[in-house]
Amino acid sequence: MSTISPTFSNSPASNDSGRSNLRTALICAGVFFGMVGVSFAAVPLYRLFCQITGYAGTTQVSEGNVNGIIDREMSVRFDATVSSALDWTVVPAKTVTDRVGEVRVVTYRATNNSDVPITGTASFNVAPSIAGAYFNKIECFCFTEQTLAPGESVEMPITFFLDPELDKVRELDTVTDITLSYTFYASDSRSS
Amino acid sequence: MADANSKHVDAHGHPTGWRRYVYSTNHKDIGTMYLFFAIFAGVIGGVLSGFMRWELAEPGIQIFKGLAAMVYGLEGDAALDGGKQMFNVFTTAHGLIMVFFMVMPALIGGFGNWFVPIMIGAPDMAFPRMNNISFWLLPAAFTLLLMSLFFEGPPGLYGAGVGWTVYAPLSTTANPGPAVDFAILSLHLAGASSILGAINFITTIFNMRAPGMTMHKLPLFVWSILVTVFLLLLSLPVLAGAITMLLTDRNFGTTFFSPEGGGDPVLYQHLFWFFGHPEVYVLILPAFGIVSHIVSTFSKKPIFGYLGMVYAMVAIGFVGFIVWAHHMYTTGLSLNVQRYFVAATMVIAVPTGVKIFSWLATMWGGSITFRAPMMWALGFIFLFTIGGVTGVVLANAGADRVLHDTYYVVAHFHYTMSMGATFGVFAGWYYWYPKIFGIMYNEALAKLHFWTMFIGANVIFFPQHFLGLAGMPRRYVDYPDAYALWNMVSSVGYLITLLSMFIFLWCVIEAFMKKRVAGDNPWGEGATTLEWTLSSPPPFHQFETLPRIK
Repeated sequence: MSTISPTFSNSPASNDSGRSNLRTALICAGVFFGMVGVSFAAVPLYRLFCQITGYAGTTQVSEGNVNGIIDREMSVRFDATVSSALDWTVVPAKTVTDRVGEVRVVTYRATNNSDVPITGTASFNVAPSIAGAYFNKIECFCFTEQTLAPGESVEMPITFFLDPELDKVRELDTVTDITLSYTFYASDSRSS
Repeated sequence: MADANSKHVDAHGHPTGWRRYVYSTNHKDIGTMYLFFAIFAGVIGGVLSGFMRWELAEPGIQIFKGLAAMVYGLEGDAALDGGKQMFNVFTTAHGLIMVFFMVMPALIGGFGNWFVPIMIGAPDMAFPRMNNISFWLLPAAFTLLLMSLFFEGPPGLYGAGVGWTVYAPLSTTANPGPAVDFAILSLHLAGASSILGAINFITTIFNMRAPGMTMHKLPLFVWSILVTVFLLLLSLPVLAGAITMLLTDRNFGTTFFSPEGGGDPVLYQHLFWFFGHPEVYVLILPAFGIVSHIVSTFSKKPIFGYLGMVYAMVAIGFVGFIVWAHHMYTTGLSLNVQRYFVAATMVIAVPTGVKIFSWLATMWGGSITFRAPMMWALGFIFLFTIGGVTGVVLANAGADRVLHDTYYVVAHFHYTMSMGATFGVFAGWYYWYPKIFGIMYNEALAKLHFWTMFIGANVIFFPQHFLGLAGMPRRYVDYPDAYALWNMVSSVGYLITLLSMFIFLWCVIEAFMKKRVAGDNPWGEGATTLEWTLSSPPPFHQFETLPRIK
């Protein structure tokens, strides 16, 4: 840095050009580290954003339906996908058709096919994704990890309702079916 | 003053032999190294695409099975699988090499290093030693990328066949071998090189302008580099963060992008494209700057609408940061989010249009001479506009449903990159060739190079529009017979382009053999920037007395 300063001896900025260069470079370095920080801050922010807005089909958690029931019927279909690393069979619940706002209970059935106990967990989303914000779950197995003994089979209930507010969303006017999809993973698959 | 100068020159003299380059702190020597590195990397990236076009000339898998057998020693069905993987590896390496090791080193490292200090009347870059590190990180990064070709990627197969986007989970759970780690670390090093370069350029342009060289008098090439390095400074850290998360997901059990641990693979796409979209403007903006100088020089007129040109580039840089999700229309974005990204993306056409029309207005009524650099610049304007128009088509979320991941997209970004950015590189190469080397290239060879590449590149990529509209997906080693005709045409286009590359290399060698002295300013009165006031090649240290700009 200092090597170029002699050629600046006739420049008006000669006295502190080295220091001024260093300051600019340090500001740039600060911007660099700031943007690295922003990229990591995106991880929790993105999750928060999805939970609040129902973005990408993230469902809502609720205590109960306070908005009543409206006179519009919708079907909710259920779907299950099991990771190849998890030796379970999961049978999704049957499709239910009901008025929007009714609280319903459905059950998934999971079976451990192996001869060792396995802990599994599930992630989920809703299609069309814009409906996620109106899909309220009061109780659901997805909130906890499940451990199944060898050969054990359990029923996993979901208590849910569709928020009648969804009737006000123009994009959902032509939608008659909503799909809730679960993907099951082995809880410890990352560490094994 | 004289004393100070002589002491200065004595302080580090003129290193000679290999030390002159390996230890170089001279912006011109480093720029020359960048240019030759870009040519070297470009040849390798071009050879990789040659194998891809050879394979795709006809339906079926002909070339890569044998290639995998030869390179990796696989046999039978394993060779077939290895060949399919190898095609993806070649696609990935071709993309990464052309972006990070060809276009960026040529435009920013090469021409930027050479001409930014000269054009602003500075003796050198602000941090000459950091400049040296910036360059020498690149061969290391390139070596890592080439090494990744020979390590295991998916179980039993070799190389990182994950695309230049390195999407999770393909790059995490599907590729447990070290190949992807090598590719990621290569990106880390290339990114560090670019960040250091960006800091150097920003400091140089802000602090080291000659007296009278105000920001609104900066030559357009300097402005283009300034906007470019700001894009790099703001976007590259996000890529660095994203691929660091990939690295820890792969090796240290974190779950940033794996749903079973509460992560989301789509987050990787958001982070990648927050970098990736500004990156494509990083590749094209310096070419905008170069083309402005050339159009002005060979029309013997100052550029039309200088301030409009400057702020069009600033606007493109700014808007470039808020359109990233137009690469992700099919990932389940809500309708309103898609509406926003469609509108914001289309807005980019406005400042880009300002630039295109300003170039045309510069030529209007000018005294135009069609020397080789002008031919390349005109080719750039024509072909980049075609790429821009298909970009407006793809900006529509509805149309993108049909065209996403088809050859239409491949055609679109090769018109902007392979013909836009690369034509910009060659335009700059012929424009500054006499200045950099002090000798004149052969005009007939340079024009032959232009016409063969112009025809060849169009024959490669124009038919790919048809293939994409007919539904041919990209990134596959094979395709149904229905796509055979235009794939063959496209591969013939590659052969024409290959011929043009030999003409290019011959043009360089011929000029060095004949050594026609170029003179300080071979372009005449139209060439008004400071580099043409110096000798060709310029002295080892220029502007011992700073120029004063009126």
